[in-house]
Amino acid sequence: MIADPILRVEALSASIDGQQVVEKVDFEVPATGVTAVLGRNGVGKTSTLKAVLGLISRSGVVEFDGVRIDGERTHRVVQRGIGYVPEDREVFASLTVAENLRLAARGGAPHRDMVDELFPDLVARTAQRAGSLSGGQQQMLSLARVLMNDNRLLLVDEPTKGLAPRIVTEVAAALERAAAVTPVLLVEQNLPVVRRLAHTVVVIEGGRVIHAGPAAELLDDDERTQQLLGVHSTDHSAPRGDTDHSAPRGDTDHSAPRGADNTREETS
Amino acid sequence: MSTVLLLLITGLGLGALYFLVASGLSLIYGLMGVLNFAHGSFLTLGAFLGWEVARRMEDGSWLTFGVSILVGAVVGATVATLTELLLIRPLYLRHIEQVLVTVGLSLATVALFEGIWGVDPIYVVGPEWLNDTTDIAGALIPNDRFVLIAAALIVLLGLVVFLKRTRYGLIIRAGVENRAMVTALGVDVRRAFTLVFAIGGAAAGIGGVLASHYFGYVSPLIGGSLLIFAFIVTVIGGLGSLTGAAIASVVVAVLQQFANFYLGGTGDFMVVALLAVVLLVKPTGLLGSKA
Ligand SMILES: Nc1ncnc2c1ncn2[C@@H]1O[C@H](COP(=O)(O)OP(=O)(O)OP(=O)(O)O)[C@@H](O)[C@H]1O
Ligand SMILES: [Mg+2]
Repeated sequence: MIADPILRVEALSASIDGQQVVEKVDFEVPATGVTAVLGRNGVGKTSTLKAVLGLISRSGVVEFDGVRIDGERTHRVVQRGIGYVPEDREVFASLTVAENLRLAARGGAPHRDMVDELFPDLVARTAQRAGSLSGGQQQMLSLARVLMNDNRLLLVDEPTKGLAPRIVTEVAAALERAAAVTPVLLVEQNLPVVRRLAHTVVVIEGGRVIHAGPAAELLDDDERTQQLLGVHSTDHSAPRGDTDHSAPRGDTDHSAPRGADNTREETS
Repeated sequence: MSTVLLLLITGLGLGALYFLVASGLSLIYGLMGVLNFAHGSFLTLGAFLGWEVARRMEDGSWLTFGVSILVGAVVGATVATLTELLLIRPLYLRHIEQVLVTVGLSLATVALFEGIWGVDPIYVVGPEWLNDTTDIAGALIPNDRFVLIAAALIVLLGLVVFLKRTRYGLIIRAGVENRAMVTALGVDVRRAFTLVFAIGGAAAGIGGVLASHYFGYVSPLIGGSLLIFAFIVTVIGGLGSLTGAAIASVVVAVLQQFANFYLGGTGDFMVVALLAVVLLVKPTGLLGSKA
């Protein structure tokens, strides 16, 4: 569909402990800009990223820059130039900030200077154990581990989860800067952030892709957004019932409308 | 007082042996999630081949003693590396199968050693000084205890420096915490697996030669008997924690010595009781993070 996508995923399925969590997913990531993966809690967004990386057992086609990578082990996939910022940061708590960065450095970490400039907080704390960093600092470390290397694609999973608004803005700015040179596949529940960064969105439900298209088109259609994601797209709409858009990590599922898209979930 | 000192230093010596076995067990489990039942066989083979080389050299010289320790280390590292490459690696992430393979290997190798060296203990001869005693505050301490303690301290120090100062040490420390994330940073963690097996095997091989001098003999069962206590030490210390293994080695061995002397030979029982208490109070062990 897209001309020369950096990542093409076709009929990708994945399972954890024998349970299928991603089901025949197809999508493409253009070679520039941010592509956002959206969907309610537990629909398989994280699992999709992990399947691309080979962190969970998968089948189907994963093509990176025209090369099949679905038979490769995770470290090889990453060495091809795919940076991964996992959900919940996953910094090494017992290692220092400097050690976390040293472990992650590939090819001499050519963008170390940019990272130091983006996250001055970390520079001041190189000798501190990562486990004692604040949540926001841990997220910056997790981003720094990836941004300091030369990558051709970034997979970033909910980088703003659980962060204070000011830190969310900081993280979004860092991602925006990275995305100017490197395409990003971004899982994100914070829709204002999606609106700011993403060109394209892919919506997942029940382990399948149920919608793909331009980000603005979906987010401008509040009704459609509500239908697909169970939250409102607009910043200013008043919370209705327990569907509080400012806390999209809550129990949004049971407040979702029983529309056409939900029947797909139930049959899949 | 002199009895207390004797028991204490003997306990430290025995703890040193436990540590030489437990350090590898703990690192292997911490990084790979594999309880390595074949670890005792690395020790036994190190002890036998150390003795085989020693008996072809001058009896009772320090050079012979040193060479046999080196042989133990090299043999332990080699056989451990082969075990990882040939038996563990093909079963990647299938932990139950991996453990079963190590159980099978330990049973098979004991039978093999009995076939080669027989079931009777073979007495070993070391430097004369090892059998002498040193008077410390009135306690006559057998000198081999000091050698054991020194060897364990050197291995501990070497491991700490390796883990803190080298790239592979960094990979291993990170891998003990979160193996998947290490690979997701583009690092091939499997090489570190082979390395921890080699290091653990070397420590066990050294332990084998030293154990044969401590007990005065080598037999096909020497590894298995130490392995049981090393497992207990590893669990009490916290699986994956080197410092935990070091502390627990000393605690277990000293407790064992004192209980054997003062509580009518109940040393082994007290050790198991300690294990039970630790598991009830802190299931992850003294310094461990994994259950
Ligand atoms: N380790 C695991 N063991 C068993 N099931 C799992 C495991 N990890 C995830 N799952 C299941 O896989 C499904 C998809 O999970 P996944 O984390 O991919 O969802 P997600 O879309 O990222 O959710 P969220 O928005 O909450 O991060 C869920 O039903 C989840 O319960
Ligand atoms: Mg997720």
